[in-house]
Amino acid sequence: MGKLVDWIDERIPMSKTMKIHVTEYPAPKNFNVWYIFGSLAMLVLVNQILTGIWLTMNYVPTADGAFRSVEYIMRDVEFGWLLRYMHSTGASAFFVVVYLHMFRGMMYGSYQKPRELIWIFGMLIFLVLMAEAFMGYLLPWGQMSYWGAQVIISLFGAIPWIGDDLTLWIRGDYVISGATLNRFFALHVIALPLVLVILVFLHIVALHEVGSNNPEGISIKKKKNSVPDEEKPKFKFHHRFTSKYDIVDAIPFYPYYVVKDIFWVGIFLFFFSYVIFFNPAMGGFFLEPPNFEAANPLKTPEHIAPVWYFTPFYAILRAVPDKLMGVLLMFGAIVFLFLLPWLDRSKVRSIRYRSTFHKVNLTVFVISFIVLGYLGVKPVTEVYTFLARLFTFLYFAFFILLWFYSKNEKTKPVPERITK
Amino acid sequence: MSNAPVDKGRRRFLTVATSVVGAAGAVGVAVPFIASWNPSERAKNAGAPVEVNIGKAEPGQLIRVEWRGQPVWIVRRTPEMLESLSLVEDRLRDPNSEEPQQPEYAENQYRSRRKEYFVAVGICTHLGCSPQYLENEFAEQVEGVNAGFFCPCHGSRFDIAGRVFAGVPAPYNLVVPPHYYLDDENIRIGEDGEQA
Amino acid sequence: MKTLFRTCILAAASLWSVAVLAAGPNIPLDEAKVDLHDKASLQRGAQLFMNYCLGCHQMQYQRYNRTFNDLEIPLELGVENLQFTGEKVGDRITNNMSADMAGNWFGTAAPDLTLVSRVRGADWLYTYFRAFYADDSRPFGVNNAVFPNVGMPHVLQELQGVPRKTYESRMIDGEMQDVYVGIKTDGSGTMSPDEYDQAMLDLTNFLVYTGEPMLLQQRRLGWYVFGFLFVFTVFAWLLKREFFRDIK
Repeated sequence: MGKLVDWIDERIPMSKTMKIHVTEYPAPKNFNVWYIFGSLAMLVLVNQILTGIWLTMNYVPTADGAFRSVEYIMRDVEFGWLLRYMHSTGASAFFVVVYLHMFRGMMYGSYQKPRELIWIFGMLIFLVLMAEAFMGYLLPWGQMSYWGAQVIISLFGAIPWIGDDLTLWIRGDYVISGATLNRFFALHVIALPLVLVILVFLHIVALHEVGSNNPEGISIKKKKNSVPDEEKPKFKFHHRFTSKYDIVDAIPFYPYYVVKDIFWVGIFLFFFSYVIFFNPAMGGFFLEPPNFEAANPLKTPEHIAPVWYFTPFYAILRAVPDKLMGVLLMFGAIVFLFLLPWLDRSKVRSIRYRSTFHKVNLTVFVISFIVLGYLGVKPVTEVYTFLARLFTFLYFAFFILLWFYSKNEKTKPVPERITK
Repeated sequence: MSNAPVDKGRRRFLTVATSVVGAAGAVGVAVPFIASWNPSERAKNAGAPVEVNIGKAEPGQLIRVEWRGQPVWIVRRTPEMLESLSLVEDRLRDPNSEEPQQPEYAENQYRSRRKEYFVAVGICTHLGCSPQYLENEFAEQVEGVNAGFFCPCHGSRFDIAGRVFAGVPAPYNLVVPPHYYLDDENIRIGEDGEQA
Repeated sequence: MKTLFRTCILAAASLWSVAVLAAGPNIPLDEAKVDLHDKASLQRGAQLFMNYCLGCHQMQYQRYNRTFNDLEIPLELGVENLQFTGEKVGDRITNNMSADMAGNWFGTAAPDLTLVSRVRGADWLYTYFRAFYADDSRPFGVNNAVFPNVGMPHVLQELQGVPRKTYESRMIDGEMQDVYVGIKTDGSGTMSPDEYDQAMLDLTNFLVYTGEPMLLQQRRLGWYVFGFLFVFTVFAWLLKREFFRDIK
C-alpha cells in the first residue's frame, strides 16, 4: 500500500494535495452551522450529475417523445420515479443551499478583500446554475416547461434592435419547438454542467488560496513569529500555510469539519428525503401542477409562474411597466450582487461587529428577497404590483445605501483573536 | 484546547460504526441506479409470452413467430422426420441433450413436449445467424437425412430436433424456449406453464 | 405519531397549494376522501373509467397489467371484464378515437386522463363529476359549475339522473329571494344521490392512483429511508461530538 502511494506520489502530487487541501488544511475553529452549505451544495451537485446521467438513459429529447419518455421513466423503468424525483428535488435543493450559502457570505463579509474572486466565481456558479435550471425545466415538455420557456426567451426580445432576431435564433424556430428542446438538452446535459464543475473547482482553488473566512471575520493568519508557541494550535498544518504566517485558532479540515459535515448531511437528507418520498411536488412549488399536462403551443395555462427559485427576479421584472427597463432591472439585481465586494467599503467583515444600520439594511434586503419571491408566484393585482415595486426599491436600496455608509461606518472594535 | 485524554477506543468504534452505516447507505443508494438497467415494463411486455395457433399447420410445415425479438420456429414433424432422429445419433455432438439448451421437459430425443411439434429459437448457436429449414433437401448436407437445419453463414448443421452435428462450428444444440400447450391447437411460447 | 406527522404534512401541503393555485374555480371544492389502500373502491373506479370514460379519454401512460396488479384484480378477470378493445394485457390503456374525430365532435381533443389528478387535484375532480347541470344553451344540454362551458356531455347522466341547479325561496332583508342551494338530480338515474357520490369518489380515487401509481411504494420506501437516516445521523452526531471534544 505504502509503495503504491509512493509510486503515485512520484508521478502526481496525490498525498501532497490531500494534505494541503484536507488533512493539513487550517480552517478557523469557530465555523457554525452556516458553514455547511458549501459541502451540501457539492453533495447536491453530485446527486444532480449522477441522477441526470441516469435520466438521459431513458429520456427522449424530441417534441413528440419528451413528455411520454418522462412518464415512461416514472412508470415503466424500475425505480425511474426515484431517480427523477431525486433530480427534480435536487434542483430546488440546490437553490435552497446556494441561497443560504450566499446569505452566509453576506452576513460575515466573506466577499470582502481578499476574497473577491471567490465571490465572483460563486456568482458565476449561481448564474450558470440558473441557466442550467431553466434549460432543464424545458425538458419534461409540460405546459409550464413550454410557456415558462416562452416567457423567459421573450425577455431577450426586449433588447433594442436585435431583440426579435435574437429570440428567433435562441429558439431556432418561430415558436419553441423540437429544435429548441434539442439545443437546451445538449446545453443542459453537457455544456453547462462542464462549466459548472470548472467554476466549482476554481471557487475552491480561490478559497484555499486565501483561506476561509469565519463568523468573527477575524483572520487566522498572523505575522510570522508574532505568536508564542504555546498559543499556537496543537495540530500539524502544511508548511505551505505555516511558512509564511503563524496560524492561530485553526483546526484541520479533516477530521473535524469532515465529521461535522457528515452529521449535517444526515440532517439535510431528512429534509431531502421527505420531499422525494412524501411530497415531491412540494405543494406545486417544486413540480408545478400544469406541468403534468403535455406542452400545447395553442393553449396557455391560466396562471404562469416560474419555479420558486426564479420568482424574486421575476417579481422585479413584472414590477416595471416597461419591457426593456424590467429586463434591465432584473439583470441589474444580479449585477449588483456581483459588485458587492466593491460596494461594501467597510474594513470590518462580520455582521457581529458592524453597525446597527448595516444589520437593519441586510435584514430588510433578506425580507425584500423573500417577499419578492412570494409575489413572483402570485397573479398580478394592483396591491401586489405596488408591493413588488416597494420591495424592488428596497432590494436595490440595500446596495446603494451600503456603498454610502460603509466608507465611514461606526463599527465595534474587532478582537485580535477568535475566542468563541 | 481541552486537556482531557482522548478515548481512542470510543473514537475508533464511532468512526467504524459511522463508516459501516454510511457504506450501507451508499449501497442502498446504488440500488435504484443499478435496478433501473433491468428490462423496463415496456421491454417486459414487448417480450411477453406469445400464443400461436398450430391447428392449421401441415405435416412438415414450419411456422415462424417472433418472441422477444427473436425468430421462434414451430415445426410439425412427419413420422419420417421423427424416424430420422435415431439414424443420425452417432454423428451428433450432443445427442442426449446434456448441455442445458432446453427446459427439462425437452430433454429427450425429440427435444420437445410433444413428439410431433418441435419448438426452437431459430438462432444458430455459433454466431447468431438464423439457419435455413431444409424440408427435403437436407441430404445434400448430411447423407441419408432428408430434413434438417443448415446455417448458411458458417455451414453449421442441425437435425430436425435441433441437435448439432459433429464437425461444424456451432458448439451447442439449438435453444428450445419455454413453452406449453394451452390445448391441442394452441401453444404458448415464453412460459413453462403449470405442467412443468 | 405516523398519522399526526402525515396530518401536519398534508396541512402544510394544502396551505402551499392554496397559495399557488389561488386562481382556482369559482365554487368551493368538496373534499375527496381518497384512500389508495381501499382496493375495492379503486376497482369500482377502474370499472367506471373503462365503461364510461375510455370511449373518449385515453390513459396512454398507464398499462392494463400494472393497473390490474396494483388494484389486486386477477389478470384473466381484468382482461375479460375491463378490456374492451382486444389489446394485450401489457398494453397501455388507449382507445381508437383519433384527435381529428374528437375535434369534430367536441370542438377539442379529449385530454388524456392518466395525470389529470396531478394537474387538477382530487377535490377538483370529485366536485367536477358532481357539478354537471342541465343547461339548454349548451350543445350537449349540460354545463358544469366547476368547469364553465365544458365541452363534454354528461356521460354519467344515466347513473345520476338529470341534474338541475336548484333554488329555494328565502327571506333575506325582508324580501323573498331565490337562493342557489346546489345541484339536485331529478331522480331518473339508476343511482341514489349517495350512491352517485360514492361512485364519483371511487372514480376520483382511481384517477388519483393512475396519476401516481407508485405512490404507496414511494411512501413505504420513505419510512425505511427515514429509519436508516435516523441511525446514521445518531452515529454521525456521536462521532462529531467525540471529535469536537478536542476543541474549545
